[in-house]
Amino acid sequence: MRGQLLFTAFWTIVTKEIRRFTRIWVQTLLPPAITMTLYFIIFGNLIGSRIGDMGGFAYMEYIAPGLIMMSVITNSYGNVVSSFFGTKFQRNIEELLVAPIPNWVILAGYVAGGAARGLAVGVIVTLLSLFFTSLSIHHFFITLSTVILTAIVFSLGGFINAVYANTFDDISIVPTFILTPLTYLGGVFYSISLLPGFWQTLSQFNPILYMVNSFRYGLLGVSDINIGFAFMMIIGFIIVLAAFAMHLLNTGKGIRS
Amino acid sequence: MANALVLEDLTKTYANGFVALKGISLEVKEGDFFALLGPNGAGKSTTLGIVSSLVNKTSGQVKIFGFDLETQTADAKKMLGVVPQEFNFNAFEKVIDIVVTQAGYYGIPKQKATERAEFYLRKLGLWEKKNQSARMLSGGMKRRLMIARALVHEPKLLILDEPTAGVDIELRRSMWEFLREINAQGTSIILTTHYLEEAESLCRNIAIIDKGKIIENTSMRSLLLKLNTETFILDLKDELPDLVAINGYGLRQIDARSIEIDVDKNTGLNRVFQQLADQGVQVMSMRNKSNRLEELFVSLVEKNLEMKELA
Repeated sequence: MRGQLLFTAFWTIVTKEIRRFTRIWVQTLLPPAITMTLYFIIFGNLIGSRIGDMGGFAYMEYIAPGLIMMSVITNSYGNVVSSFFGTKFQRNIEELLVAPIPNWVILAGYVAGGAARGLAVGVIVTLLSLFFTSLSIHHFFITLSTVILTAIVFSLGGFINAVYANTFDDISIVPTFILTPLTYLGGVFYSISLLPGFWQTLSQFNPILYMVNSFRYGLLGVSDINIGFAFMMIIGFIIVLAAFAMHLLNTGKGIRS
Repeated sequence: MANALVLEDLTKTYANGFVALKGISLEVKEGDFFALLGPNGAGKSTTLGIVSSLVNKTSGQVKIFGFDLETQTADAKKMLGVVPQEFNFNAFEKVIDIVVTQAGYYGIPKQKATERAEFYLRKLGLWEKKNQSARMLSGGMKRRLMIARALVHEPKLLILDEPTAGVDIELRRSMWEFLREINAQGTSIILTTHYLEEAESLCRNIAIIDKGKIIENTSMRSLLLKLNTETFILDLKDELPDLVAINGYGLRQIDARSIEIDVDKNTGLNRVFQQLADQGVQVMSMRNKSNRLEELFVSLVEKNLEMKELA
């Protein structure tokens, strides 16, 4: 009985989040579709045709998994950071705090909502990519689990950012100055084997490298890193970020005085 | 009769060192209509914030219908509905979605939640607006929406923080009627308000909080009995050339055709009218100068301030 009540509460948060990002689809679903189409045209078609093969694949085919993953990462993060900060800003976080919902259900609901937007955008970008290249799935389970786990990692990151944020500036600093550079340097557009030794080693500290390469392995069967190690890293990030987010919720950081 | 709410030695010190509550203990009986009054910054919102789980207490205990808010959190929260002072819903959501979503947070399945939302939105005159974005509602409608949202899980204790602030008189009266109705049906209510007339009209028991301490906690009737003098305004038929005198009463002229008079509770009004009639003054109408509770409230808070200064 208690489990059913908790599931209803969880599902209510998830549907509220899905309702939010579909209501404002012009701000949430359309921009990544346009941006990624431009990436495909400019980097894939115009520049890519002069670059030639990478990792044994046409450049367009090589960057498609990275671009899909990039849109999943930015949209999962962006959904939770803006939604949870908005909830704090408008004070409707109080609707959740007065209700008998355990903190882990609140976190799970927001993360699932963020993952839902990340995956929705991922599907849109995948469909768009089919206009420019052909994609075949090399390892279905690895492809699906990588994209879901990555969406969870960045939804958790967005949640933590939103908890600390006090102004609208605070929710754009991390995506602009940390997330975007890490994504560009995470092997979306190139194989790290092209980099000099020092930069290759430095790239190993970029978590996005593991996610992009796992996903690329799932689709194309090639990767710069060991897939087992990549999964361990992704799951490790989820555990650490979830534990930290729970700590913030339990202490009421940024939401209870 | 069981207690709807028990506060035991509740304290709160904010991170900046401000001590908002200095050990508050309070009991609100089941079925009561209870007023929690106090000047701005007295600790009312902090107290209600702790009860509503929006503020972390420093020490003390909160029990809602016997459930400890700290150790039996879910059971305690289910008993409670909160109508905050400021609008705190997502203004871009539809009215119906706000209420149904809140029901979902309490584990109420969608179909039942929708039925209940319809019931309370109809009851509060908002059903016609169900598909409107909440930001399009008037101030009074937004207040009623927050009441519908707080009631959708059918709590046994309802906390209303300034529910009629900025609401016109007609709507305020209809909200009073609604609150009386749900109180009569068994919902215990705690009300904070700056309209002391509202507290006097609705509430049976009262606590006054000032500077983080309860300075009065009694029944409304007992509190009002403490008031020894009432001031009335008399409207006269003709202009008074000079201020008349009435033995045993304080009298002041407001303008040419109205006077105010202080009447001791033990004296009554008969002698006033007798003496005015003897002097040829004809009274057309009479009204209370101010709300009785307001006078008491001011005197209690001022007394508390004087004691603090002496200490």
